[in-house]
Amino acid sequence: MIREFALNDVYYLLLAARWTLALTSLAFLGGGTVGLLVALLRVAPFAPLRIIGAGYVNIVQGIPLLAWLFVLFFGLPILAGVRVSPWIAATVAFSIYAGAFLGEIWRGCLRAIPRQQWEAGASLGLSFVEQLRHIIVPQAVRVAIPPTVGFLVQLIKNTSLAAVIGFIELTREGQLTTAATYRPFTVYIAVAAIYFAICFPLTQWSRRLERTLRVAR
Amino acid sequence: MQHVCGGRRIGTARMKYTFNFRDVWSQWDYIAEGIGVTLLLAVVTMIAGLMIGALGAAARVYGRSWLGVLVTGYVEMIRNTPLLVQLFIVFFGLPSLGVRLDAMTAAFIALSVNLGAYSTEIIRAGLEAVPRAQIEAGYSLGLSGAQVFRHVVLAPAIRIVYPALTSQFVLMMLATSVVSQISAPDLFHIASIIQSRTFRDFEIYAVIAGVYLALALAFKLFFAAIEHFAFTRR
Repeated sequence: MIREFALNDVYYLLLAARWTLALTSLAFLGGGTVGLLVALLRVAPFAPLRIIGAGYVNIVQGIPLLAWLFVLFFGLPILAGVRVSPWIAATVAFSIYAGAFLGEIWRGCLRAIPRQQWEAGASLGLSFVEQLRHIIVPQAVRVAIPPTVGFLVQLIKNTSLAAVIGFIELTREGQLTTAATYRPFTVYIAVAAIYFAICFPLTQWSRRLERTLRVAR
Repeated sequence: MQHVCGGRRIGTARMKYTFNFRDVWSQWDYIAEGIGVTLLLAVVTMIAGLMIGALGAAARVYGRSWLGVLVTGYVEMIRNTPLLVQLFIVFFGLPSLGVRLDAMTAAFIALSVNLGAYSTEIIRAGLEAVPRAQIEAGYSLGLSGAQVFRHVVLAPAIRIVYPALTSQFVLMMLATSVVSQISAPDLFHIASIIQSRTFRDFEIYAVIAGVYLALALAFKLFFAAIEHFAFTRR
């Protein structure tokens, strides 16, 4: 039965946006952990570790996110031998994906700290881990915040792809609402507007952080 | 549109799964066709995106203020909404306004408009990095406005932002996979057809992922070769 697109539907879309944000948070946590590891691998003072880090980034960034979602959605049940919900498949896929991009971003931030800072640490007798912990990371974090917020926007937008494995978030809710109301233009414009309302403030915030950082340096 | 709901039911006990890639290889003709469509989508989108980006960036940097506002609005709208939703608006939404497009046309439009916004931002950064004196030097040599823009401003600007631009292009090539969701017959859509024929879900998507990886590598090498031949000073 076809019904009208009403204010109620906007309310349901907003409720579904919660799952977009929930998936983004999980993906950011998982991806942040992986990304930290990748960034550390890529600056490690041991070539094989750096190669492993670079290989991970190149493979993950060379395969579409959509393919990661499908491979894991169908592959995890084979590995684990149990049914895998879209939640798990999506969280794992987005963590792998975000890990590669965050790893690259954070590696750049670690690299942005002048080499003399490392050398100064070494000359004080600090080990690699101590140099990182006390000298490099505290400075790199400030550099890292704007691009990380920028990537967060990418992540929020990319969670829309989870809709294709049946994960009910904003875009999937839009598809369901379209099927019920047959008002595709109105519904998808509303969906886009909600994404915009979430992402645009973050984009602006990222830009402001970048400006203040540039002035501070 | 794809409707794959719920996980696969494989029972709680650990089951033995036998991989079977032969069924997938037997469909190689279709996969090759899909690769062709994906390459076509990628290349046309890159060319269109580059043109939109050059025009948009020029409008933002050198255009009148109302034009700049217009371009900024376009860039922000595209960059803060998902490509999938943009694609749905073009393919499912526009027909209710009387514009009916087939899947491939809708895909070309949505992808080009999307890449155009990102290219605008990237090329703008390049344009702003070209010193004023260089432009004045161009004019003093008697070049026209269009000639100055093309040879003195745009070419060096593209050279500056070349790495950022081409990595965006490679990401866009991979992102063309979303057009499978409006049934444009690209590589990813072919995968879902083979899946429904052979029921080898994991195998087909693993193979397709490998094909995309190879394509991404090929594009990176291609762009590196262009950089080598075009930008190396002789």
